[in-house]
Order: sequence, then structure tokens, then C-alpha cells
Amino acid sequence: MPSVAEIFQTMAYGPAPESDKEAKAWLAAHGGRFGHFVDGAWTRPGTPFDVIDPSDATRLATVTQGTGRDVDAAVAAARKAFRGWSRLAPHVRARHLYALARMVQKHARLFAVVESMDNGKPIRETRDIDIPLVARHFYHHAGWAQLRDAEFAGYGPVGVVGQIIPWNFPLLMLAWKVAPALAAGNTVVLKPAEFTPLSALLFAELAHEAGLPPGVLNVVTGDGRTGAALVEHRDVDKIAFTGSTEVGRLIRKATAGSGKKLSLELGGKSPFIVYEDADLDAVVEGVVDAIWFNQGQVCCAGSRLLVQEGIHDRLMARIRARMERLRVGDPLDKAVDMGAIVAPEQLERITQLVAQGKAEGATMWQPSWSVPRNGCFYPPTLFTNVEPASTIAQVEIFGPVLVAMSFRTPEESVALANNTVFGLAASVWTENINLALDIAPKLKAGVVWVNATNLFDAAAGFGGYRESGFGREGGREGMWEYLTEIAGSGSAPKGPARSAVRTRAARTAPPALAAPADAGPGVDRTPKLFVGGKQTRPDSGYSRAVLDARGRRIGEVGEGNRKDLRNAVEAAHAAAKTWGRSTAHLRAQILYYIGENLDARGEEFAARLRAQTGATAGQARAEVAASVDRLFTYAAWADKWDGAVHHVPIRGVALQMHEPIGVVGVVAPDEAPLLGLVSTVAPLLATGNAIVVVPSEPHPLSATDLYTVLESSDVPAGAVNIVTGAKDALAKVLAEHDDVEGLWYWGTAAGRTAVEHASAANMKRTWCHVGARDWHGAPDARHFLREATQVKNIWVPYGE
Amino acid sequence: MSAAELPRNPGQPLDLEVVRAIRVNRSAAERRAATIPTRRTVKREWQAAWLLKAITLMDLTTLSGDDTAGNVRRLCAKARHPVRPEILAALGAADLGITVGAVCVYHTWVGTAVDALQGSGIPVAAVSTGFPAGLAPFETRLAEIAASVRAGAREIDIVITRAHVLTGDWAALYDEVKAFRAACGDAHLKAILATGELATLTNVARASWVAMQAGADFIKTSTGKEGVNATLPVSLAMVRQIREYEAATGFKVGYKPAGGIRTAKQALEFLLLMKEELGDRWLHPDLFRFGASALLTDIERQLEHFVTGRYAAAHRQPMP
Repeated sequence: MPSVAEIFQTMAYGPAPESDKEAKAWLAAHGGRFGHFVDGAWTRPGTPFDVIDPSDATRLATVTQGTGRDVDAAVAAARKAFRGWSRLAPHVRARHLYALARMVQKHARLFAVVESMDNGKPIRETRDIDIPLVARHFYHHAGWAQLRDAEFAGYGPVGVVGQIIPWNFPLLMLAWKVAPALAAGNTVVLKPAEFTPLSALLFAELAHEAGLPPGVLNVVTGDGRTGAALVEHRDVDKIAFTGSTEVGRLIRKATAGSGKKLSLELGGKSPFIVYEDADLDAVVEGVVDAIWFNQGQVCCAGSRLLVQEGIHDRLMARIRARMERLRVGDPLDKAVDMGAIVAPEQLERITQLVAQGKAEGATMWQPSWSVPRNGCFYPPTLFTNVEPASTIAQVEIFGPVLVAMSFRTPEESVALANNTVFGLAASVWTENINLALDIAPKLKAGVVWVNATNLFDAAAGFGGYRESGFGREGGREGMWEYLTEIAGSGSAPKGPARSAVRTRAARTAPPALAAPADAGPGVDRTPKLFVGGKQTRPDSGYSRAVLDARGRRIGEVGEGNRKDLRNAVEAAHAAAKTWGRSTAHLRAQILYYIGENLDARGEEFAARLRAQTGATAGQARAEVAASVDRLFTYAAWADKWDGAVHHVPIRGVALQMHEPIGVVGVVAPDEAPLLGLVSTVAPLLATGNAIVVVPSEPHPLSATDLYTVLESSDVPAGAVNIVTGAKDALAKVLAEHDDVEGLWYWGTAAGRTAVEHASAANMKRTWCHVGARDWHGAPDARHFLREATQVKNIWVPYGE
Repeated sequence: MSAAELPRNPGQPLDLEVVRAIRVNRSAAERRAATIPTRRTVKREWQAAWLLKAITLMDLTTLSGDDTAGNVRRLCAKARHPVRPEILAALGAADLGITVGAVCVYHTWVGTAVDALQGSGIPVAAVSTGFPAGLAPFETRLAEIAASVRAGAREIDIVITRAHVLTGDWAALYDEVKAFRAACGDAHLKAILATGELATLTNVARASWVAMQAGADFIKTSTGKEGVNATLPVSLAMVRQIREYEAATGFKVGYKPAGGIRTAKQALEFLLLMKEELGDRWLHPDLFRFGASALLTDIERQLEHFVTGRYAAAHRQPMP
């Protein structure tokens, strides 16, 4: 060890170790072996696997590989606890959540040390960021527990929730999952990541000590097989997952058609955009927080640096100088910036991708110093001369590797930023508020930070667009993921749809059209499809018969196919650009106008309903009237579906904005051919989506009659496209279409399964319903509006 | 680490385009400032060594209306022997020649201090130019500098006219500091920006830049008399301009935070900031000083604690 006099000369840094004594004592108290924590008690340790400290490859403990039977027991315990837990008075659940927050604070350092040892991240981060955020999350959700019945009237808990969390923020991800689930009255089976199970086990044990009733929170450890058993468990009502897009896709497929609620927080390749007027020193520290936080193993890491060309070289020089001063080493050293990569597998992946980046011609730079040889360490790495086509510019590296590209104009920066399958987060750096607030809404990302990065808070929802998943965690928007409409408060399903039967009849026995009363042939008015504001002939060149309630042929419609949908989706995208940015006032005006024109032709639409469905005159008129009413409802909502300003603990604001999903497919209900269509299209239109509709398969004529209503109501070309035809076949095409961002489906169980399964390809948001419903009962408009929009939170710190 | 003698910053022609382009994002600066003490720390031997270093970087200061020759002489005696010899011996630092960086007084006491520090090599710094408000007649301020230099001050801490900054009259600020620099002659000029009265970090950064272009040897935060004195965010705004200035001109300019730095922990935070933002070269007295009076006693207490393992009392340290 150098002497004081020597250090006086060198002014070097020395070791600053955090003690691991208490953490080791906790592990030792368990004999270094853990079972699962189920129903308020430890299970006997089963087939063990090792938990390794990645900084020195030593074994910290062994935990149990969860079997199907273990998952069964945990789900059974959660089910048993659900009845009592969900019926507690909100205030009592709030006390429990509050107790968990206090528990985390009381044991903050123990959690911080255990987490650092298990994951390899620096103690500074667990101590100053992860654990305080965990406590904050439970405090915030103690509030939601207290307010649940008042603020979410008509909604209740989903039931037993299966939660699968990643290794990068083990305890924080537990908090993001467990706090809202419990606040809403659900019970939980949680599977922590196999690399990092310890803090979840510690949490379960201390939560039990803090009085959480047995079975409310169960922790089952294991690898992907354990997770799969949880996902596939029949008695689990919801799955919440954070992890890779690859596994998210598997879960989407595995739960397709199961009726399980699902929220996914997946990967990212988040842009970090720097404009020429930014404070470059601030930017450099932002880059450090973006990509060298948690060794870059952050789903929302700002891993793609987009720099305005004129300042590119200056910024790179500064970043390199800063990298030279970063310190990598023992995670329990209080003076390191980066600790260890979580596991050798991950280190290998990073190493391979960096090699590939070099092979593809990008320029790699690393600091002059070297990282410790023992343990999983990787130095901070910068790539320049990267093209958008390079592998390292596209895939999530999940390591301390930054790729930099330049742009010329703000418009090009947006194009580059959105040139990804992901859409988790983005960071925008400029001293010009006009530019910042212009760019933020254009970015396809669930979170945008202005002149900041990686800011998190329980009051602001976090979650992605596109293949970064769906659902939000945190804030009011996050609570919806753990709530469901209480049956009876809305409109319950009324039995299976009848479309399949009708379809078969139409295909097998096309009867002759009923002869008109007069002598000459009537003028044929077989409707075409409605695409891009024009009535176009179906690509197939076929038509399909439309029958009345007694099976008599009353008309024909075009037989739409995949090419028609392709064209419709293209038309919708062309329209979405302007429609999505039009003013809410304009959208309201147009919805009112549709209502006005529909009302003027009310008798005609009523007659058509009677002809198709056999409804009485009174029923038919009522359906038209309800449709006009519904158009007015969503016209009314168009300029009232406001976002919010979240109270986050910074000097600044987090603007919660409701943005349209984009291009959304609607497979409309078979029943109520007019009202069902209007009820689904209107909320999407009101919120700025462009729509491709497949109308009622047996009764499509109400939809085709709408063409001229839409044409005369100033609906922009392509904002609504209507393709008639075989419903489930068309639904599948829409579900598989990578440029359709959402899909609403009303139909059969098999159709739902197919739609949800196929949606995994681009992780589009689906909202599927099986069976008919009474569209006359006023549906919860807010629910439709929530499904029609996605939440973006824009963080704007301020202060001069 | 050796500290080779540096060429003095000669100043540059005023470039208003550069000045006006400077922007500091306050929220980002505060975030960075908040994590400097949490990302880095020094313990045990390292902490002791760093605290000894802090003593050598100290402008031991008395700037009170009731200063007398007596308390100035006492301060100078402390400047020569800032740490009790038995503590230094226990630290193995007896041969390091630990003294403070300078003694800082009003013009009136420059002669007293020069006499008291005779033979120690410790320079005397004088606050000058109508300290602390800086609003005495311009000719008077120039004359005050000349008088202090004649009295033996080797460093002159001048104050700028805040109005020049608040009205964006950068040319006036430049001319003022340049004139002060000329009046200093061979004495080094420390430009006090009175950052607590400059309203924004952008103003602080721009004033820093103009002062360096006008030939300041040091830029300094505060007189100690403003409502807000040396803070880490203000320091970031200033030291980053020092880094820019070196990159642009090749000349290294010194930094002096002053006012409100009373604890050893604060002193370490400033050293961490300098090492992280500017590098080790700025841990030498020719490029970094603390303006402080109470700080020394706290550092002594921490050093004694390191040596004995017992928490120390202020009354056991000889008063400055």
C-alpha cells in the first residue's frame, strides 16, 4: 500500500470498498441454499443451480430450479390468497404497500449490497438509484392502493398475476411489477432472472416479516423453463414480462387465445439525438448516464448516438476524453463507474457483436487502460463511422457499447431515430425548446427525455412502442395493466358470434337475388372496396353474396384479399401522417359531420339493417340513432382525451401525452353491423389513427353504404379504409402485416388465437374479443380511448 | 507528479461570437455536480493525503471589517504551520513542507502579512478593486491594485462589475479585466466573478470566458459576501470554460472556489471535481486554490482522527 506521502504526490484514487459482511451473513443464515418462497414460507431446496458473483466468478449461493409442480404450488397459493387480498379495504392494502416501502428503506443497504454482488453493478448505482427507486415505487403505489376504488370505479383486480423479470435491475423490476399488481388487489407469482434471484428472495422474506399475508407474493426461481411453466399455467390471469423481444415474442405466442392479459417491456436501441446548439459538456455526461450506466445493460440505454454533422468531431473528441476517465472495477468499490457484466454469456455476446462491428467496417475506440482480467468486465466502447445498415446499429448489444452516426437536419434525425424495430426511449439534446418540443412527439418511443436521459419515477409510466412491447409501468397508466372491467359494469359477452354459420351458408348455396317489383332489371349497385378515399374493385375479381335473416340473397360485396389489405394499409399510412397530427378540433368536426350525414340518411340505413338482420323497424332505427349518438360521443371526446403532467421529483415536468397508435386494423363485430362498426371506428378516428376495417362478414352492406357518408363528411382519403370479405382470413393478413401497429378483433375464439399469435411478428397491440356484445349499452368510452392510444412521457427538466 | 512552471495566460482578443454561443444547461450541470461526490470518494491513507494536499491549495483568508495587525499575524503564523507537527509526523508527512498556498487579506494588511511571512515562500494575496462590490471609481480601483503590488502582494483578487455581465456588455467586462491585468504587472490576477450575483450558469460561463480572454490567471467564484458562494454546479460551469480555453489557446488558467467551503468533505468534493473535469495538473497551487478560513480547522480534525482513530475536537487545533 502506498504511503500518505506517496499518495500526496500522485493524488491517485485508492480502494473504497463497501462491506459485504451483512450480505454474506444473510446468505450464511440460509446455509447458502434457497428454496422458493411460496405461501409465506420457504420450500425445501430442490435441484440446485449456482448464483455467481460476476465480478470474481465466486459462488454466492445455490437456488432451486423451479419445476412445473413448484409453479403449480405457487399459483395455487396465490389463488388461495387472492380472495382475501382482493377484498381487503383499499386502506388496508395501502398499509401493506406502505409497510413494504418502509421495509425497503429499513434494509436499503443490505438490498444494495446483495444486488451489487449478484448482478455486478456498482454499489453507487444500487445505493443511489435502484433501491431508492424501489422504495419510491412502493410509496407511490401505496397511494394507488388507497385510491383504487375511488379512481378506478368499475374496475377490479385481474386475479393471479405471473411476473417474469430480467437480470439488469432485479429488485427495481420486481418493484415495477409487484407494487402495481398488489396495489390493484392482485396476487403474484414472480420468477426472477436465473442470473440474479437473490434480491427477490430477500424481498419475499422481508415482505413476509413486514406482515404481507401468505400467498400474496410468491417467488419461484429457475430458468426459462420455469418461466414457460408460469406463462402456460391455466390459472394465471395475467403475464407481465420484462426482457428480450425474442422471449417476449414467445410469450405473446404462448398466451395467444388464452384470454390472459399481457404486458411486455422488451428491448430497445434508443436514439440519443444531439443538435448543434446543445450544451456539449452536458451531452457528454448524458452519454455516460445513457450507455455506461449499469454497464449499458439497460433496455432503454441511449445506445445510438445521432449527432448533427457540424459538431460530430468535437463531440466525439470530448466523449473519448471522458471515457478515458471512467473507472471500471470491483462493483463494491464506491468509486467505480462501471462494474461487471452480469455473466460470461452476456460478455461473450458483447464481444462477438463488437467484433462484428469492426468486421463490418466501423471504427472502434476504447480507453487506454484495461479492465480487470478476473471476472466479467468489458471496457466502455465507442463506434464511429457506423452506417444504419450495420449490425451494431440495429441490434440491441446490451453492453457498454455506443454507436455514433451523424445527421444533417432535424428531419433526418427523426428519420434515423425511428429507423428501428424498437421504440422504447429517446433522448433529445438542444437548448432550443422549439426544436425539442417539435421533435419529441415525432419520435416513436414511449419515453422521451429532453436534455436528460434514464430518468425514472413511479409517477410516470414507462414502456415502449413497436417491438419494445406494450403496456406501461408506473403512474395511472401503469395501473390499468393490473385492472379489469368488473363484469356487469360494462357490457358482458352474450354468446358466440354467428358469422361462421352464415358464411358457410353464403358460400354453399348462393340463391338468386330477389327480383325487383318492376319489369326491368335494377341498376346494379354492388359496392366495391373503400381504399384511399376511393371505391376500388377488389383485386380478386370475385364478389360474395349477402343474405338476409332468412337466407335470401339481398346483394353482393367485393371479396377482399391480401392485396386489397396491402393497398389499404398503404393508404392508411399516407393518411396517418396528416390525420395523426391534425387538431383534435378538426377530428371532432369530422366525426360530428359523419354523424350529421348518417342521421340525414337514417331511414335508408335503418331499412338496410332490417333487410340484413331482420330487425324490427324500431330496432333498426334505434341502432342508427345509437350510431349517431356514438359518433357524437367520440367527437366530444376528441378534444378532451387529454394527457397529464406527472409530478416527478425533478425541477421540470413529465408530459404524459396520448398519441395515436398509428395504422390500426379493425375486424368489426358481426352483430350490430352499423353500431358495432361505428363504436369501434369512432374512438380510433377521434384519437388520430388511420384505420383499415373489415366489416361484419354476414352483414357488410351497412359498412359499404357508409362509403358515401364518409366521402361527403370530409374524412381525409385513407383515414378510413373498408375491405369486405372473409373475416378471419383477412384478420390473419392484418395480424401478420408488419406495418399495421394495432389490431382490434371481434369474433371467434379461434380467430382471436390466430390474431394474437400472428401479432407476435411485429408485437402489434391487439385487443381481441370473443362473442357478441350488446352495443346499445353505453361502453366505457375511456376504455376504448385507452386502447386507441399509447402513452408517451416527455420529461422536460428546466431551469436557467 | 511534478508541476512544471506554466506560461502565464497572456489573454486573447475578445471574440464575441464565441462568448454568445456559450450555453450551460442548468439541470444537466446540477445532475453532474450531484454525482461527482457519489461517483468518487477517497478513504483512509488516500483521504489523509488528499486533505494534506487541500491545505497546500488553500488561500488562508481573513476579510473582516475588524481585522487588525494582530489577527493577521496570527493567521500568517498558522499559514506557516497549518498542521500540528506530531500529526504530520504520524502521517509520515513531516518532510513534505506542508504550508498553505497563500494568505489573503485586504490591502491595508498586505504589508503586515508580507512581513509575517518573510522567508516562508508563502505569497500574500490582496483583494482589490473596491472589494467586494467593485463599484469604486475605476481610477481608484486601478490605483488600489498598484498600491497592493507595491506593498508586496504577489496575487491580486479583483472583482468584476456585475452590471457588465447582467447587461451583456462583454466588451466593457473585457476592457475592465484587461486594465486590471495590466495594473497587476507581474502579480497574478484572480478574477472574482461574484457568481451568486450573475443569475444564470450561462452568464457565469460567459463571464469566465471573457475574463480569461482578458488575461486572468485565475477565475474565482465569489467574494464570500454574496448570498450564494462557491457551489459545485457553478464550479462545473467555470472549470469547463477553463478546459475550453486551454483547448482553444493552449494556456492553462487556474480556478479558485471561495466562500462557504468549511468542511474537509467539501474540500474533497472540489478536488474530485478538479481531477475529474480538468485532470491532475489542476491539483497544484499554481492552478487551484480554495478561498477559506474555517476549512483548515476541520481538515486538521479529520487528519487527527485518521491518526488517532478518535474523533477530534476543534479546540485542540491551534487557532488560525
